[in-house]
Amino acid sequence: MSLIRTRSTHSLVAICFALFASPLMASSLEVKGEKLELKVEVPRLKVSEYHRPYVAIWVQDQKGNAVVNLAVWYQVKGPSDDFGAKWLPDLRQWWRRSGRELELPIDGVTGPTRPAGVHTLDFGTEQLKKLSAGKYTLAVEAAREVGGREILEIPFVWPGEKAMVYQVEGKKELGKIVLTIKP
Amino acid sequence: MRRWILSTLTLVLAFPLTASAHKMWLLPSQTVLSGPEPLITVDAAISNDLFYFNHFPLPLQNLSITAPDGSSVGAENQATGRYRGVFDVSLKQKGTYRITVPMSGVFASWEANGERQRWRGKKEDFASKVPTDAKDLQVSESVGRVETFVSNGKPTSPSFKSEGVGIELVPITHPNDLYAGEEAQLQFLVDGKPMPGLKVEVVRGGTRYRDSQQEIHATTDSDGKFSVRWPEPGMYWIETSTSDDKVTFKQAKQRSLGYTVTLEVLPQ
Repeated sequence: MSLIRTRSTHSLVAICFALFASPLMASSLEVKGEKLELKVEVPRLKVSEYHRPYVAIWVQDQKGNAVVNLAVWYQVKGPSDDFGAKWLPDLRQWWRRSGRELELPIDGVTGPTRPAGVHTLDFGTEQLKKLSAGKYTLAVEAAREVGGREILEIPFVWPGEKAMVYQVEGKKELGKIVLTIKP
Repeated sequence: MRRWILSTLTLVLAFPLTASAHKMWLLPSQTVLSGPEPLITVDAAISNDLFYFNHFPLPLQNLSITAPDGSSVGAENQATGRYRGVFDVSLKQKGTYRITVPMSGVFASWEANGERQRWRGKKEDFASKVPTDAKDLQVSESVGRVETFVSNGKPTSPSFKSEGVGIELVPITHPNDLYAGEEAQLQFLVDGKPMPGLKVEVVRGGTRYRDSQQEIHATTDSDGKFSVRWPEPGMYWIETSTSDDKVTFKQAKQRSLGYTVTLEVLPQ
């Protein structure tokens, strides 16, 4: 019985494809399997006073509106609740485009700052469901106490028709950022 | 412009007329804030150079702070030194605070014993300070504001509620959402109505470290609006003034109106 049901679902999908064979329709159906993998390098810096950077990672549309927040790393623990939130506006563009609108913390998005090294982040359907087919920019912004601030952007097309790898490299506050889109 | 600044200056400080047009300003330590109960400190001064306290403090007796919900809140740690006034503001609410130093009063001059007499002060003191039979009496009143805006979290607009008297700023682009290279649009009201034809001067701080003021000039359009494209990040001082005969004090013939605001422009 269940086997038959599965088959009929498949055939329904097939009919849909046949009826609306536009790329847009096809992609919105395919979104189910789409994945986005991100490698973010927090560089090791030779400085006398080092603090882990605040980092925000989000996806914005072509008008610069934040569509999805993927990660925000900031000082979560402190002498009082939300103590570290004081410095979030240092992530200037993120604060402007999204941060100031939010009630923090956000489950699955905000977390503590991370040490130097390469951090691999995987985002699946749950985080990316707000992305309809189109052109976007992935933004990674970092700000460090007594250090600098840097923002890197990667324009990408969503969803990708085949696996795509995009890469940028920061100058100071961020290392290599690798975005992989897996259909 | 000069007249307003001079009359207000002499009004509030009662010091002799000087030839230079001193600038009145508030300088907040920060304008974009977050976290649990952020606190700012504000300098208040009158000087030629922006933003250096090297001349006179801005009197803070009438300091008024409007919280995001429209209520009035107090300052903390208020003090006045030789060159500057200073106070703290605790931003307990989320949203935009308006910080205003209103500058209003009356100026009178008359002839007595062959000499010109001058008096500046509050309307209510006029009767006791100016002789009823003053010869060749000239009276003017002034309405001015020295302002700045700061936001805790998302910028909001209720604290911009017009009081309907004098020059007021209405944001179209929010004053805590300004970035270098972008254009901002602002609107001026006089007595609560959009005011066309106001001449606006915009000067970036740090004047000590450059050879010229590099001021930007603008004029309000038929809707009282004007636009500025911020060339660089920094603290900017914006001033406008006008005069009319819409007096509220019956002995006055002329009314001087002035407005200055300090706005922060952030880098991209």
